[in-house]
Amino acid sequence: MGLLNSLLGWVDERFPLTSTWKQHLSEYYAPKNFNFWYFFGALSLLVLVIQIVSGIFLTMHYKPDAEQAFASVEYIMRDVSWGWLIRYIHSTGASMFFLVVYLHMFRALLYGSYRKPRELLWIVGMLIYMCLMAEAFFGYLLPWGQMSYWGAQVIVNLFAAVPFVGPDLAIWIRGDYVVSDATLNRFFAFHVIAVPLALLGLVAAHLVALHEVGSNNPDGIEIKKKKDPKTGIPLDGIPFHPYYTVKDMFGVTVFLAVFTAIVFFAPEMGGYFLEHNNFVPADPLKTPAHIAPVWYFTPFYSILRAVPPMFGSQFPGVLAMGASVIIMFLLPWLDRSPVKSIRYRGAVYKSALTLFVVVFILLGYLGTEPTNVWGQFGPWLGNADRATVVARIGTVVYFLFFVLMPWYTRIDRTSPEPERVTS
Amino acid sequence: MVDNKDRPGDVQPGQGAAEAGADSIDKGKRRTLIAWTGAAGAVAGIGVAAPFVMSMFPSARARAAGAPVEIDLGKLEPGMMITEEWRGKPVWILRRTDGMIERVPETDKLVADPDSRQPMQPDYARNELRSIKPDYLVLVGICTHLGCSPSPKLEVGEASGLGAGWSGGFFCPCHGSKFDLAGRVYKGAPAPSNLEVPPHTYLSDTRLLVGEDSKRS
Repeated sequence: MGLLNSLLGWVDERFPLTSTWKQHLSEYYAPKNFNFWYFFGALSLLVLVIQIVSGIFLTMHYKPDAEQAFASVEYIMRDVSWGWLIRYIHSTGASMFFLVVYLHMFRALLYGSYRKPRELLWIVGMLIYMCLMAEAFFGYLLPWGQMSYWGAQVIVNLFAAVPFVGPDLAIWIRGDYVVSDATLNRFFAFHVIAVPLALLGLVAAHLVALHEVGSNNPDGIEIKKKKDPKTGIPLDGIPFHPYYTVKDMFGVTVFLAVFTAIVFFAPEMGGYFLEHNNFVPADPLKTPAHIAPVWYFTPFYSILRAVPPMFGSQFPGVLAMGASVIIMFLLPWLDRSPVKSIRYRGAVYKSALTLFVVVFILLGYLGTEPTNVWGQFGPWLGNADRATVVARIGTVVYFLFFVLMPWYTRIDRTSPEPERVTS
Repeated sequence: MVDNKDRPGDVQPGQGAAEAGADSIDKGKRRTLIAWTGAAGAVAGIGVAAPFVMSMFPSARARAAGAPVEIDLGKLEPGMMITEEWRGKPVWILRRTDGMIERVPETDKLVADPDSRQPMQPDYARNELRSIKPDYLVLVGICTHLGCSPSPKLEVGEASGLGAGWSGGFFCPCHGSKFDLAGRVYKGAPAPSNLEVPPHTYLSDTRLLVGEDSKRS
């Protein structure tokens, strides 16, 4: 041990190894009352690592070329040793990434984790979420299946709806007049280099911001307000390592059990993780009968579809879809409640949040289905598609959750927060 | 560090000239230099970014591939439709039967832009049938909503699967936009405008050139 200790001393004089370890792990004091919802931050870090590692190995065999891309994916699935496993890990990882991130974000809604002083933490988190969406979108083109192709076509054409510069902007993004080899090649570059670099930088910023302000907790109170007068350590804080590293390892074990079960038994997840149409090579001359994005984009896709064209332009729908994501950035300033946690909020916020979750899932479901999935109303409603009408109502509710938040969080009957964290 | 000593009281009247020069800082000059360096750097940055941004536009090869295509119509019987490729997009050539031509005015009241006011066609195709010749309809087979390729539903009535009132046309499976036999969009559809008529011209009775206007017109 003497030799190791002196080696550590030698390093510490030249690099802040021990102090960094202490600052972020062994002497980072997290509230002692973390519950189930606090698994998902660590799990999203785990999935990020899984995606990077499996992605590196896929890159060794994949060909970003319109002529060869689809075949190279089939080659990975059939001929590369264990290639099927690596690809299924990567495709399952994509969906699981969004699942854990959505649960992580829902946790913030439950306990007001975006509230002061964690506004920047929330904003960096939202940027990570947007990077993740870009990463998933670029990656989805790479298998060069029908859904890859037409999904990219639809999304790139959203930019074509921008007034004045739209058509040129779309050509610039594609590098061609249609989605083509040029598009595939650049999306590959974005997917494997540009976005992951941004993502890693943002994740680092997210952690640094978190450790600066300290973690929120299910009671939504600041543990830094009650410190031990002698040590200066929060009375309700416990060191992240070993307490939460051990807790997270348990979470990781359960998560990996679910993850591997999906990889081995249901990698396509009935067409939700890997869409059936994507097993058909891209054909620029033939659109699949039904185009839907992967499940994690469908709430926003529903909003896009729900907004009718106005002034002969498709742009309002595009704006609404963009706004539905951007509006989440404003949460720290929309929420005017005197308390942070749902535990001390009143019936109004609880109802609003429940309604929001229901609408989010409903919009998500409708986005996976064609607009005529529920048939049409009678002539009294102009034979409108039932699903479209419901999606329009859902879109309005979605936005009202945010727009009315300053009002309903203020009139909500809250109960007093405790002085110290509860169990 | 020099910056830390940057206080007005630091330079005493009695100090030597060299020492005073080291300690007194001309903040105005510093700001000016920073501003000019920043401005020059920004200009250089834009200059360097330009080639990278431009590199993302279609390459010379992609532009060349967007050249006009010649299509032989000799084998196209009335009522038949063929799909050709121009700039990587599907181009439909439908040879309408007399019945189809007669049914186009029937949908005038059902479509959003019956007179083709929006510039979705060259001027020589801005007419009731949206074509140069009444029987040949030339369209870019891309839905004006979000770029899917609609399916031809040329049958009339129930046989088309679009209800008894359907008088033939095109149906986009993505979001349910409907178009009539002149590519005009039905009211209430997600698509904001009629299907695009590409620039085209007839080189002879049976040879069509898509992608270029007539030299004479």
